Amino acid sequence: MSTTNLNARLEGAVGKERVVSAAEELATYAVDGVVPGAIVKPQSAEEAAAVVRFASAERLALIPVGARSKCRIGTSPTRYDVAVDMTGMREIAHYDAGDLTLSVDAGMPLRELEGALARRRQFLPLAVPCFESSTAAGALASGIDSVLRQQYGTVRDFLIGAEFVDGTGKLCKSGGLVVKNVTGYDLHKLLIGSLGTIAVITRLNFRTFPLPETCRGLMASFDSGERALVFRNAVEASGLPVANLELLSPTMAGMTKAILGKEQGPVPGCLGGDSWAVYVSFEGSEKIVERIARDLERLVHEAGARKYEPLDEGSDSQSGGVLREAFEWLRWAAPIVVLFRITLPRITPEAIAALNQPGGSLRKALLVRARSVIYLSLMSEREDEKALGAFEKAAEDIFALAAAKQGHATLLHAPRGLKQRPGVWRPTPGDLSLMKRLKQAFDPDSIFAPGRCVGGL
Amino acid sequence: MMRSMSREMLSLLGPENVLSAKEDLLLYELDGSVERARPELVVFPRTTEEVSRVVKVAAKYETPIVGRGAGTGLSGGALARGGGVMIVFARMNKILEIDLASQRAVVQPGVVNADITTAVEHAGLYFAPDPSSQKSCTIGGNVAENAGGPHTLAYGVTSNHIAALELVLPDGEITRIGSKHGDAPGYDLCGLFVGSEGTLALITEITVKLSRKPEAVKTLLGTFDTIEDASQAVVEITARGITPAACEMLDGWTLRVVEDYIQAGFPRDSAAVLLLEVEGLREAVEEQEAAIVEVCMRCRARGVRGARDDHERDLLWKGRKNAFGALGRLAPSNYVLDGVIPRSKLPQALANILRIGTKYGFHIGNIFHAGDGNLHPIVLYDPRDSQQFKKAIAAAEEIIRYCVELGGVLTGEHGVGMEKNELMPLLFSDADFDLMRRVHDAFNPDSSLNPGKIFPLSKGCGEIRTRKRESAGTRG
Repeated sequence: MSTTNLNARLEGAVGKERVVSAAEELATYAVDGVVPGAIVKPQSAEEAAAVVRFASAERLALIPVGARSKCRIGTSPTRYDVAVDMTGMREIAHYDAGDLTLSVDAGMPLRELEGALARRRQFLPLAVPCFESSTAAGALASGIDSVLRQQYGTVRDFLIGAEFVDGTGKLCKSGGLVVKNVTGYDLHKLLIGSLGTIAVITRLNFRTFPLPETCRGLMASFDSGERALVFRNAVEASGLPVANLELLSPTMAGMTKAILGKEQGPVPGCLGGDSWAVYVSFEGSEKIVERIARDLERLVHEAGARKYEPLDEGSDSQSGGVLREAFEWLRWAAPIVVLFRITLPRITPEAIAALNQPGGSLRKALLVRARSVIYLSLMSEREDEKALGAFEKAAEDIFALAAAKQGHATLLHAPRGLKQRPGVWRPTPGDLSLMKRLKQAFDPDSIFAPGRCVGGL
Repeated sequence: MMRSMSREMLSLLGPENVLSAKEDLLLYELDGSVERARPELVVFPRTTEEVSRVVKVAAKYETPIVGRGAGTGLSGGALARGGGVMIVFARMNKILEIDLASQRAVVQPGVVNADITTAVEHAGLYFAPDPSSQKSCTIGGNVAENAGGPHTLAYGVTSNHIAALELVLPDGEITRIGSKHGDAPGYDLCGLFVGSEGTLALITEITVKLSRKPEAVKTLLGTFDTIEDASQAVVEITARGITPAACEMLDGWTLRVVEDYIQAGFPRDSAAVLLLEVEGLREAVEEQEAAIVEVCMRCRARGVRGARDDHERDLLWKGRKNAFGALGRLAPSNYVLDGVIPRSKLPQALANILRIGTKYGFHIGNIFHAGDGNLHPIVLYDPRDSQQFKKAIAAAEEIIRYCVELGGVLTGEHGVGMEKNELMPLLFSDADFDLMRRVHDAFNPDSSLNPGKIFPLSKGCGEIRTRKRESAGTRG
């Protein structure tokens, strides 16, 4: 492997106009702190395949990137020679609104797509953080949650096919453009959360959904985490269709209030102080949202809320938008932030209490999303050895806690040095051994984002 | 060689769990498809460890292995195309754990699909995937084939309802993938293994997600005087974003056969009916019902009526789910096809299927999952008439090719198996096959597991050794 004259050789392979050689640009393509030697911007799937073939022949490591908003998820690449910037591929390749199926280029910006689908009163329930800049493939490969997963599921539930370049530089596909399909292996599902380690995604096919007529929300505050949890669990057990269901610790609720205030939108009065909060968002026709609102009011009374506030369509959209972005603002909320994503079988008062232990006196914000996802953020104002030591100990405790409860923990964000110490994941050995075989099958020469995914994949 | 392997299996499992006499094996040379292939040995392990040991013995004798549930599959997925050992999961049929609070159940592969719902419905829960054969098909087979059913329109196919799996790999290694509560870090292994048709691993334990029963359900029957009007209604229901839980179509010819058999209540003089189900909050059910009635009437439906009670609802569904059985009364055999098209192209697809039937001299019935564009044309034929059988196969192939031309795919829920593996090049390129083959070989490098399935025989993978090909049967 040689990176001398990399730009010149890349230009030879894919054309001068596709290669960005300005040195100051390279730093902006850093992936978890590692800066590439070159940037290439393919404008078609064939060009992307040519880049991969070049990298394969030269044994160069490449990482496909979109808006680069979530490149700090995962571990640092062990090698990173070429950034493959997919934002030049941003067309809607196919949209059959009558069939509710869609195919978009990898670099399709989600915000732009939202507009195009809205014109046909449809949408894609991929409501991820950094929504303003995110691309379809970047959002998918990052594995980040959509806030709408309570109602619409995760992206694996509405991804119906994909086209991508494998590690041999060939353009491959799986799935199709129909909503039901068992023809061949579901390879496209493997792209979800793969952090660019198995293929360069060039196109994604989705099923779309009708836009709801309207939406409403409810914000309620509680004296204790237990009471908040009683309400949250009651909403879940009620079977009411809710799009978004979130439980916020007092710190989290306070931060949410501050951000809402900054956006100069309506701030639910019940947020703040030492209260826990629960946010519920729901949608449908006027008649349906009224019915759900009625039932929720009953449940919120039964649960003994301190205060609650119905949110109208505008206010609900604003709160939902701020919480969608929680991943983004949480990680920059203090000089040092360690952000975990934890899944547990059941969210119980004991689990919440147990999650409050690690990290001792560090400031903590906790958010429970949908059925079983917890975001836990530990914050410190100082970046010194003592704080780093406390974070590391906390991380170990959180990994152990998740494992003991048959759940999982992922270190989503942390200062780079810290991330390397406790590691980002604790994969189970069985899973990891099979994942290694898949990585080898997709990327035999290990040229895609080496070391970025679970267990050094 | 087979004899000494048979002896080892006998000492491993006991004589009550091994079949080797020809008359016993005959039962296992068929499944729900039109294919035929006889295993050389059938074994009934009772535990995962026994499965692992069986696999190791078979590996020692370099003998192919195929897993089998109830054998209701329609693409030959559970047939021993390479001969060898068939592992039947009928005796691994226990529900191991039910976690109502987390809405999960852990089950063995031989558990019958409907039995999961029976075990949890007292708590208001159910297992959503509902293939027509749900009273006999097993969850292991459902997982292998990524089975569907009428209600997958709203709730997704089997893959959407599986959280974790225990696997036995072709070298006998036992491993677990996925996570009981979802979101295991890394690649979505369950997403790959569900629907891999037994070509990557044997599945020995399954953690399923349970769904909550809706507050209200309404079953509607729309009656039409032409098939075109009925299919246009489906197009408009889809395009308007109305999302019924199920949207099934039966054409007039088929529904009359069903009525002769079951008296489900389908109007005999209609050209087509739509069997629709709307579920959810009472208000949502009322709204959807009103919207569906409006669309159907605008598409010149003769009428739309709701099932008055559970009895009538059960009867309508019984008519739908037993339709293939009813058709069995008309001809010695029937060939149920499985293709998918974009829903917007339903009317032209049905018209062309009719033309293709006429061309080959068959009346082709249609009873299918209209709401997700999943066609099930049925060709009735007599397998003893080899000319007729050949024509049935040719008609089927022409229909499936046409689905692909419309932008559709080869199979929506029955799988590729040994029925459509030679048609796979219609959709996939050499590069696609290369990658699929590498994925296959990453787990099943010697093609010892379920050889001769999914991949065209010319594209490597599942290449059946000459000796095996001689011992295996052929179509018909």
